[in-house]
Amino acid sequence: MRLKSSLENYIFVLPAVLIFVIFYVIPFIRVFQLGLYEWDGILPTKIFVGLDNFKEILTDKIWWQSMWQAGYITLIALTLQNAVAFLLAWACDREIRLKNFYRVIFFIPPVLSEVVVGLVWQWILDGNYGLLNHWLIHLGLPNLARNWLSDPNTALTTVAIVHSWKGFGWGFLIFLAGLQTIPRELYEASRVDGANAWHAFKNVTIPLMIPVAVLVAILTILGTMQAFVLIIAMTGGGPAYHTQVPVLRILASMRGSSRFGYACAQGISFGVILMAISFIQYRFSKHARQT
Amino acid sequence: MKWFLRSIGLALLSLFFINLSGCAPQTSGKTANITVWHWMTDREPAFQELSKRYAAKTGMKVNFELYAPSDAYTQKVRAAAQGGNLPDIFGVLGEKRDFSSFVKAGHILELTPYMEEEGSAWKNKFFPKALAVNEFIPENTYTVKPGIYGVPIDIMTIQMLYNKDLFKELGFNPQKPPATFGELLDIGKKIKEKNMQGLVSGWGEVWMIDCFANNYAFNIMGQDKVLATIKGEVPYTDPDWVKVFTLFKELQDSGFLANGLVTMVNKTAEQLFANDKAVFAFNGSWCVNVYKGMNPKLNYWAILPPQVSDKFPMSIWGGAGSSFMVNARSKNKEEAVKFLKWLTDADQQAFLSEATQNLPANKDSVGKIPHILAQFAKGMDFATHPSIWGISEFSPVIEAFDKGIQSIIIGEKTPEQVAQEVQKIKERELAKKR
Repeated sequence: MRLKSSLENYIFVLPAVLIFVIFYVIPFIRVFQLGLYEWDGILPTKIFVGLDNFKEILTDKIWWQSMWQAGYITLIALTLQNAVAFLLAWACDREIRLKNFYRVIFFIPPVLSEVVVGLVWQWILDGNYGLLNHWLIHLGLPNLARNWLSDPNTALTTVAIVHSWKGFGWGFLIFLAGLQTIPRELYEASRVDGANAWHAFKNVTIPLMIPVAVLVAILTILGTMQAFVLIIAMTGGGPAYHTQVPVLRILASMRGSSRFGYACAQGISFGVILMAISFIQYRFSKHARQT
Repeated sequence: MKWFLRSIGLALLSLFFINLSGCAPQTSGKTANITVWHWMTDREPAFQELSKRYAAKTGMKVNFELYAPSDAYTQKVRAAAQGGNLPDIFGVLGEKRDFSSFVKAGHILELTPYMEEEGSAWKNKFFPKALAVNEFIPENTYTVKPGIYGVPIDIMTIQMLYNKDLFKELGFNPQKPPATFGELLDIGKKIKEKNMQGLVSGWGEVWMIDCFANNYAFNIMGQDKVLATIKGEVPYTDPDWVKVFTLFKELQDSGFLANGLVTMVNKTAEQLFANDKAVFAFNGSWCVNVYKGMNPKLNYWAILPPQVSDKFPMSIWGGAGSSFMVNARSKNKEEAVKFLKWLTDADQQAFLSEATQNLPANKDSVGKIPHILAQFAKGMDFATHPSIWGISEFSPVIEAFDKGIQSIIIGEKTPEQVAQEVQKIKERELAKKR
């Protein structure tokens, strides 16, 4: 009877396990396996090269430059994007007029196509006929006008800011949901104890929002490190290598160089790095919550 | 509970069989219908019309299936090749190396015997350089059996274009385009002075930089030295190559290159040129149709890039614009070849050219094309293409070369630095090959 019952339980989870194995575990193993070969993606023959592809990644300067650049975009997303998301969520959580309207407005950028957003911003930031430069000149600030996406000094930061604009809506939504779970009684109790708005924010809102902030931070890191559609649409990874990110490098290895094996090795390495970052962040946040 | 478990079991079993049937190779249909995969959005209506005409003539249905954009198409063809699901007729996008892999993997039918039937009647219809793109010459480094493996549908050349009205506005004679590189630099200075935009092109999609640089490499050092460099016999640090890199610095310094050129995609470049916002463009013959759609009144002309040296002739990239290959494993390969023969006949080629404003691959159809297209067609005499060299440069070297030129344009690196970096990657790739 007990055996039958436990068998039934296993059968219940079997579809989920099967889906996970077929769509995640097997492809992961297959990609790792391909990473051990030199293969152009067309010929039926593959040359076994062992760990050579992984060794090559260690000395691939452009790969590490792209990793650093993705890290820079992530840093801006973690700070600027999430700060804006939190402040707007906090504002919308209060009793303000048209708060539902703002909620819809703030969630528009994330639901727009990344290609469309990229092309619209490319048009706004165009060095010759762009809106931004037009207004800078109009406002008497011609010295600030530049080729935002073609200038190596501004291209990466510009892309990072547009990425943050595109993505802050997700953080906004999660922060807002988190803020709404904080019992109002806690604010009332703190007010009775003589706390002003700042004290309530510091001692009630912030501590209770830490788990939400951790979740948003993990999602931001994982999402931003893998960003590439917006970048392709805005700069194509240029000028030179200034806006290259790891996913673009994987695509370049696969499509540009027809090196599927190397692209797979890059994909596995990148996945491992992301997992390591998430694990460190998880441990760090666990430690922070305990203390 | 039993009912529930049975349902789950049945669902999983169905899923299993559905997957199995999905893995089976696609048959081309019970009747001898021909399936063609292509990526050419602009040519789709014309292809559909030709399909109707062919059905009326022979009773055979030809299904043109469009998969765009070209990146998605490329992935689809590769995946289909892996799964053995290629259609009867398809095109291969990418470098000659990729083409050779498709041939070596047995996906592409050799067409030489068909081309040479009846005293090479089919072969003789084409511009030789258009056919050469689809040909593997004896002793090619790809180790492909020499022969013809594709049918050119149209041809293209990539040239420099200038806007006659803006040229006049700059104070130059619109009937006298620049003949030397020095004149080009002088025009650049004038463009800078007048705060106009000079050359626009898709240099953000780096292959067009490669094309421009190779034109001048051929002009400065000749084809033999360029090919010797690819073979690894001449380094990229050679003074002639440094001179090629230096041209980009000179063009940038003179003001000839438009702002933001290094991240510009060709679509943007086409919009700027078509809307009279740039004096020069570097574009392929396909642009005639694009400009006609964007601004029918655009007053422009095509020229070869002005020479920098008298030592060797200027070469431009050209040859087959798009080509079709026949699936060697298709049951309908004979019918597919027959259809391609019909498609490349003068009448069909003239129709395609008229409908899409592309240069026909059939020599006999050229007489009926517009004036500006005829000018592009003249460029075929100077045309060359990496696909006909029988050897190709390593992809990482091409990437370093093109990105290096972008670095020169943005003032980040000197021509000498780029030459050294490209050579370093070349040596690394040569060592790997050894």
